[in-house]
Amino acid sequence: MKMPSLCRAFGAVITRDLLLAYRFRAELISPLAFFVMVITLFPLALGAEITLLKRIAPAIIWVAALLASLMSIETLFRADYDDGSLELMVMTPHPLSLLVMAKVISHWLIASVPLLFIAPLMGMMLHMEPPIIGVLLLTLLLGTPVLSLIGAIAVALTLGLRKGGALLAILVLPLYVPVLIFASSAIDAAMSGFAISGHLSMMCAILFLALTLTPLPTAAALKMSLS
Amino acid sequence: MTTLNILEACQLSCVRDDRLLFHDLTFTLCSGQVLLIEGANGAGKTSLLRILTGLRRAESGDLCWNATPIEHSELFYRDTAYIGHNNGLKLALTAQENLRYAQALSSATLHIDEAMAKVGLTGYQETRVRLLSAGQQRRLALARLLCTDKPLWILDEPFTSLDRASIELFESFIETHAKQGGLVIMTSHHETRLPHTLMQKIHL
Repeated sequence: MKMPSLCRAFGAVITRDLLLAYRFRAELISPLAFFVMVITLFPLALGAEITLLKRIAPAIIWVAALLASLMSIETLFRADYDDGSLELMVMTPHPLSLLVMAKVISHWLIASVPLLFIAPLMGMMLHMEPPIIGVLLLTLLLGTPVLSLIGAIAVALTLGLRKGGALLAILVLPLYVPVLIFASSAIDAAMSGFAISGHLSMMCAILFLALTLTPLPTAAALKMSLS
Repeated sequence: MTTLNILEACQLSCVRDDRLLFHDLTFTLCSGQVLLIEGANGAGKTSLLRILTGLRRAESGDLCWNATPIEHSELFYRDTAYIGHNNGLKLALTAQENLRYAQALSSATLHIDEAMAKVGLTGYQETRVRLLSAGQQRRLALARLLCTDKPLWILDEPFTSLDRASIELFESFIETHAKQGGLVIMTSHHETRLPHTLMQKIHL
């Protein structure tokens, strides 16, 4: 009897999650709508202060993206936990950490990639310069996967709790801080005309660190929640 | 399935909420045998099954699959199928998509259409699982056993919400599986009509 293929299982988890997202496509709108609404509130609250708005626009977009990601990550393992398919995922010959990674990747594709598409529009609404919008997009592209990867650990830990939402935010938000700091300093540097490659390299480093290190504790926490 | 498989449990004990559910439970199950676990509600049947699947740690004792402790065995999860109280089906996906996913996670044997025909669900391939009845959903979950290549079946109350004809059908599947060298561990409240020569019983 041969060993089942890992690549096939990895692909199957991603396609299943994308297919499920497609079946529930109405739910895809909510993080996106949340993102747009939060950003829209700021010009309304600040009034006609265009220079101030321009100055804080990247921060607004980043914080909104961070909160949208936090909001959507909560459901990452919930449905699988409730209907028993998580047990089946644990009981495969494949490393659970890699299957977890497949789930996180599909979550990022479903929840964060749409934000990347709408972010330039939001930037224009907040009077950002086109080159700065480019930098903002780069930081979002490198930063949002980290948010999903780190969030997955906390979601796995709070899975056994009925109302884990508030605890989840308390656990996760401090861990999001480094990403936020490097992203905003990259944008700051770009706005004042300095080179941004250093900041971006740092963000790449964080991304690779998260890619390699977070799936293991997530898998361990999932096993703990199941037992 | 020509190889001989052995599951050995040695002095297992389980504690839940400071209550000792069972202790010193020792048994050996070889290819071709069916183990029926009986006991009153709350006796620890499901806990025992979850320990046997490795999802839960026993308070003490060892569990070996072909002489390797299951937590170190790479082959245990390749060889084990588990159906718990939850069916592990995605309600928004079709019957076929659910089985295809199950096959992708392990190695496939029967074609999906054949497996569905065997459990009497022909024609429901494209139906969302949400629209199937409880008994049909249970049958679909059991069809997963038929279309994946797993010698050890661990079944928690497999016959819930099945009608009498389906129960007989599944008993015949279990019997065939055992005769082909498979191992089955199950809990059941129903009287089983499986031949006594195949069966071991544990009363918790």
